[in-house]
Amino acid sequence: MTEQPHQLEIRNLHAAVGDQPILKGVNLVVPRGELHAIMGPNGNGKSTLAKVIVGDPEYTVTEGEVLVDGVSILEMEPDERARLGVFLAFQYPVEIPGVTIANFLRLAMQARKPEGEEVSFSEFYGKLTNALKTLEWDESIVERYLNEGFSGGEKKRNEILQMLMLEPNYIIMDETDSGLDVDALKVVAKGVNSLRGPNLGGLIITHYQRLLNYIVPDKVHIIVNGRVVQSGGPELAQKLDTEGYDWVKQLAAAGD
Amino acid sequence: MTNPEVASINAQYEYGWSNPERYAVKAPKGLSREVVEMISKAKDEPQWMLDFRLKALDIFLSKPLPTWGADLSGLNFDEIYYYIKPEGYNARSWDDVPEDVKQTFERLGIPEAERAALAGVGAQYESEMVYHNLKEEWEKLGVVFLSIEDGLKQYPDLFREHFATVIPPEDNKFAAINSAVWSGGSFVYVPKGVKVDIPLQTYFRINAESSGQFERTLIIVDEGAQAHYIEGCTAPTYASDSFHSGVIEIVVKEGARFRYSTIQNWSHNVYNLVTQRAAVYKNGVMEWVDGNLGSKVTMKYPACYLLEEGARGEVLSIAMAGRGQHQDAGAKIVHFAPNTSGSIVSKSISKDSGRSSYRGLVKIYEGARGSKTNVECDALLLDEEARTDTYPYIEIEEKDASVGHEATVSKINDEQILYLQSRGLSEDEAAGLIVRGFIEPIAKELPLEYAVELNRLIELEMEGSVG
Repeated sequence: MTEQPHQLEIRNLHAAVGDQPILKGVNLVVPRGELHAIMGPNGNGKSTLAKVIVGDPEYTVTEGEVLVDGVSILEMEPDERARLGVFLAFQYPVEIPGVTIANFLRLAMQARKPEGEEVSFSEFYGKLTNALKTLEWDESIVERYLNEGFSGGEKKRNEILQMLMLEPNYIIMDETDSGLDVDALKVVAKGVNSLRGPNLGGLIITHYQRLLNYIVPDKVHIIVNGRVVQSGGPELAQKLDTEGYDWVKQLAAAGD
Repeated sequence: MTNPEVASINAQYEYGWSNPERYAVKAPKGLSREVVEMISKAKDEPQWMLDFRLKALDIFLSKPLPTWGADLSGLNFDEIYYYIKPEGYNARSWDDVPEDVKQTFERLGIPEAERAALAGVGAQYESEMVYHNLKEEWEKLGVVFLSIEDGLKQYPDLFREHFATVIPPEDNKFAAINSAVWSGGSFVYVPKGVKVDIPLQTYFRINAESSGQFERTLIIVDEGAQAHYIEGCTAPTYASDSFHSGVIEIVVKEGARFRYSTIQNWSHNVYNLVTQRAAVYKNGVMEWVDGNLGSKVTMKYPACYLLEEGARGEVLSIAMAGRGQHQDAGAKIVHFAPNTSGSIVSKSISKDSGRSSYRGLVKIYEGARGSKTNVECDALLLDEEARTDTYPYIEIEEKDASVGHEATVSKINDEQILYLQSRGLSEDEAAGLIVRGFIEPIAKELPLEYAVELNRLIELEMEGSVG
């Protein structure tokens, strides 16, 4: 048997909501060790890509494959995908009243343990202390109910807290920068950068270049009308920032 | 012979086993003057109590069944055994409790809980208390924790002064039947200024088929005193229905504080029709924590009568209704005096064809100036078949008073499930966690072991309920 590549591979992915096709053949390969930015105008499929990878039942995959370390995940439940190491930082994290962050984090860590093995207090508490320090957050936050009454910035920071605790292999950040001020953006970036290394791959989905000043991507892909129309290095993000999206839309139109 | 319906209920209900029947006294089936006299005689009661019982029997017979609330048409008063006295009675040591009865309570974890975390424990089996014990340190402070029968014998004046003053037999049909055939229950007195800081507990177990349990509890919390009382209940699963109709009367005197918590987990063939009420005097505080998980039908509305200025009443209620269950639960807060306050928080969870109803009364009499009560009821529906209703009754006769009422109905939301699943929890675990979060405001008011038990029972009910 050949060794499977350590990469997230998206192969000719087509997906729809109801009868409405949104992704029309996305191809991407993200090896571990690299973070790729996904940019593009709103309403062109960036968030759909994130939702399909995580397994949101609202979206139907009509064609194509998503492979995590060579394993096809499209038939898997969202929790099985999570246990393979996929983590989505949601654009709009939901509120779960009555469930403390601490309790939730412990359960989520426990879900990754083999049968009969418990998350130890020292493992949990050690990780938590480090993560909170990185995120410049007081320990009392974990006694609050999950996202309940949180500001937009707190919700995003809480997504990164979960990311640090669960140590995924592949992160998908869905417009984590939206609604954040510069200080909050820096904290979020610090959290993500602290995880970067040869074992971490992922997609940073964003409309703006701003976040990419702090989390510098290895590659940048532009999605327009459900397809990747342009790929390049970080300079591509700069170009979008100065020139806007009109030129890529023309590029997409020319490709149709 | 195994009844398939019983087998299917038992697959979900872990307390459904039963012991062979072996009893000292078992009254004939059905309700009659003879049965009432037999009970009174078996208890060697004073004449006034027999007279009280017989009068209550007449009241019961004269009152129609309530036409509101849950469907009681399956309840046949002629098919019930009203009095079953087990062998062995009211021991103070578990060693003196008959072996099979003792085993029952061992399986329910009662003696263990008593050693670990309780000030006193009572255990009722069928119609009588088989065990009652209070730890010595509390006895020394003058706390009384006895079976209701021993309360009547040992404290006749205190007993008669308060008995049936909070809930007279005329109150409702089920208070009347209880008054006629009551047996078992606790008598509690907490002297002035004494604060019992760990809970007292009584556990109720029905064992025989088609039997009725009519415990009667009287609790007097004297001025400035504090205590917490917990009751739990289970029964075996039979093809025919059993009937539980308790009456709980509580007197909370000036400046006293009392909490009464129930985790009701009757098997799904029990009609549970209970009257619970507290009379609260000046600056006293009464709290009901009411968890209704079991039974076929429950009708239960813990009440606080706020009789003097500054009295406060709180009711926290949780109901969970699964297939074939109807939880008609709620609360009553009645303001008789100025500057009294109340709060009702009700949370219900319904699944399969289960139905939960919130039924609550807030009444403010003229002259109860500056009084206020807030009502919050939240219902969670787990699927399309489940049903919930809200019946708030608000009667305000005083201009200078306020009542707030908020009600929400929600369904488990797909986005919440996806969010939790995306962190590695299975769909069932995700739904269970959302439900636990939903009841957290009430669970956190319970002592830790009971909160754990409540969560465990709900998880058991939740298994396989999503998807």
